Amino acid sequence: MRNILAIVERELRAYFNSPIAYVVLTIFVFLSGLFFRSILAQVMEMGLMSQMQAQQFGPRPMDMPGMISRGFLSTMSVILLFIMPMLTMGLFSEEKKRGTIELLLTAPLTDLQVVLGKFLAAASFFVILLSTTWIPMAVLYLYSDPASGPILTAYLGLLLYGLAIVAVGLFISTLTENQIIAAVLSFGTIMVLWLVDVVANNAESPASKAVLTYLSILSHLDDFMKGVLSTSHIIFYVSLMLVGLFLTYRSIDSLRWRG
Amino acid sequence: MITVENLAKRYATKTAIEGMSFQVEKGEILGFLGPNGAGKTTTMRIITGYMPASDGTVRVDGFDVFENPIDVRRRIGYLPENPPLYLEMSVVGYLRFVAKIKGVPKDKLAAEVDRVMERVNIADVKDRIIAKLSKGYKQRVGIAQALLNDPPVLILDEPTIGLDPKQIHEVRELIKDLAGKHTVVLSTHILPEVEQTCHRVIIIDHGKIVAVDTPKNLRYQLQGAERVTIEVQGPATEISSKLKNMPGVVDVRKIGDSDGRHRFQVEGELQKDIRSDLARTVVQNGWGLFELQSATMSLEDIFIKLTTAEESEKQNA
Repeated sequence: MRNILAIVERELRAYFNSPIAYVVLTIFVFLSGLFFRSILAQVMEMGLMSQMQAQQFGPRPMDMPGMISRGFLSTMSVILLFIMPMLTMGLFSEEKKRGTIELLLTAPLTDLQVVLGKFLAAASFFVILLSTTWIPMAVLYLYSDPASGPILTAYLGLLLYGLAIVAVGLFISTLTENQIIAAVLSFGTIMVLWLVDVVANNAESPASKAVLTYLSILSHLDDFMKGVLSTSHIIFYVSLMLVGLFLTYRSIDSLRWRG
Repeated sequence: MITVENLAKRYATKTAIEGMSFQVEKGEILGFLGPNGAGKTTTMRIITGYMPASDGTVRVDGFDVFENPIDVRRRIGYLPENPPLYLEMSVVGYLRFVAKIKGVPKDKLAAEVDRVMERVNIADVKDRIIAKLSKGYKQRVGIAQALLNDPPVLILDEPTIGLDPKQIHEVRELIKDLAGKHTVVLSTHILPEVEQTCHRVIIIDHGKIVAVDTPKNLRYQLQGAERVTIEVQGPATEISSKLKNMPGVVDVRKIGDSDGRHRFQVEGELQKDIRSDLARTVVQNGWGLFELQSATMSLEDIFIKLTTAEESEKQNA
């Protein structure tokens, strides 16, 4: 465990010693503020409209804080899709390029410890990133009284979703020595997992439609956003994460054989 | 301390090393000498557990590299050809990290890092960022990393490559200093380096051991001793004793085997060609003769290759 923590610590220091952590954090916080503002404005407008309609047709209940948090957090899931490859691109590719992988793989560490150390480092940074969304969310809590249940499940969903993406990106970074290629490949892979949804909508047979919808990485977030906890969605993200970690582990093994 | 038996590493398209067997005694400095691409780095990487062998076994302090990789790695300090440095870290930060993954206990961490920095003389740059250090300092940080946790075995891949003459001298003195307490295996393609630092030399070419000897004997051999490499199929011990008893043969040593064939290094008396006698003995006993080569010749070839390589390096410097 101490070995794993040593890797996590080094990796986090590396993030914050290079510009990457600051660039990613700044862009993410800026974008989240921007989107929060525009979603806020949209919902306010809808609120005004429904008030005017209420004068004519009688009042209808409307959960404005819930709409805002749901819209905001769903948007964040898309932004994360674009940003996550930047966190994972260098994890193994840089080690390969600089030859430091030889240090890790000849130290008295198991391959699993190396993989978990890298994974937990990127996962920790992701959690830091995700926690910055509490800035706009705090504004929401300050001026309204949103229901906390759906917000908590939404965060749980985002957490699982992020960890799965980290594991996929981690695997891809073992495949190349080039960070940019790792980032583009991760981005492409995640995009495919995302766009499967669109293909699913056009699918003809109901069976293939069901399968494709299940494979889509974003479709599983919907229920979390609505405040519904379902084991099938949790299993999807957890198994995607485990597949990513397993492939990473295997890839390191084959790296040894090829030398 | 290190026992390598019949080691082989084969890739789909080429064979990196084949039928390599040797031993390294405790406290010894063993040099791998050979041209680039001869298989030095591959052999070292297999001993350190970085890559698995296709065939054969490696034991370090009694532990098998394949079966107990962690036990083996705990006993080895390894300096790869390119020092594995995280350039954005400070010297002391980097060494602390390596000490942690090598399992140095928390309360001894600072003292251990100080110790190795003293040992290789880098305490004056401890807070500098590694990227900003000169090549000589970087190399020494790499050696310091290998010394952490005081491993009994040190594997150093081309420890003096790319250094200036003064730095080369310093590193060689350091390595000589480390012997005795540590068992050292180092590789080089520079002949004088071996003569100055190593107790024993293994010459490798095309993935095979060409000769094993002390630097002194090697030089003697260059002056005209008769040495023949012979590859025979048959019972190893019987072949060895029969050949030993032949007139004109001074010594027979096994240097490797593959697929039931055994390679021997046969040393003959000076100025006496024993090759035809060897061939006759092998055939008369009904063993299969696969190769018979005057080692002196090929050794010379290698030495020429090696020395010319150093000459051209000097010119480039």
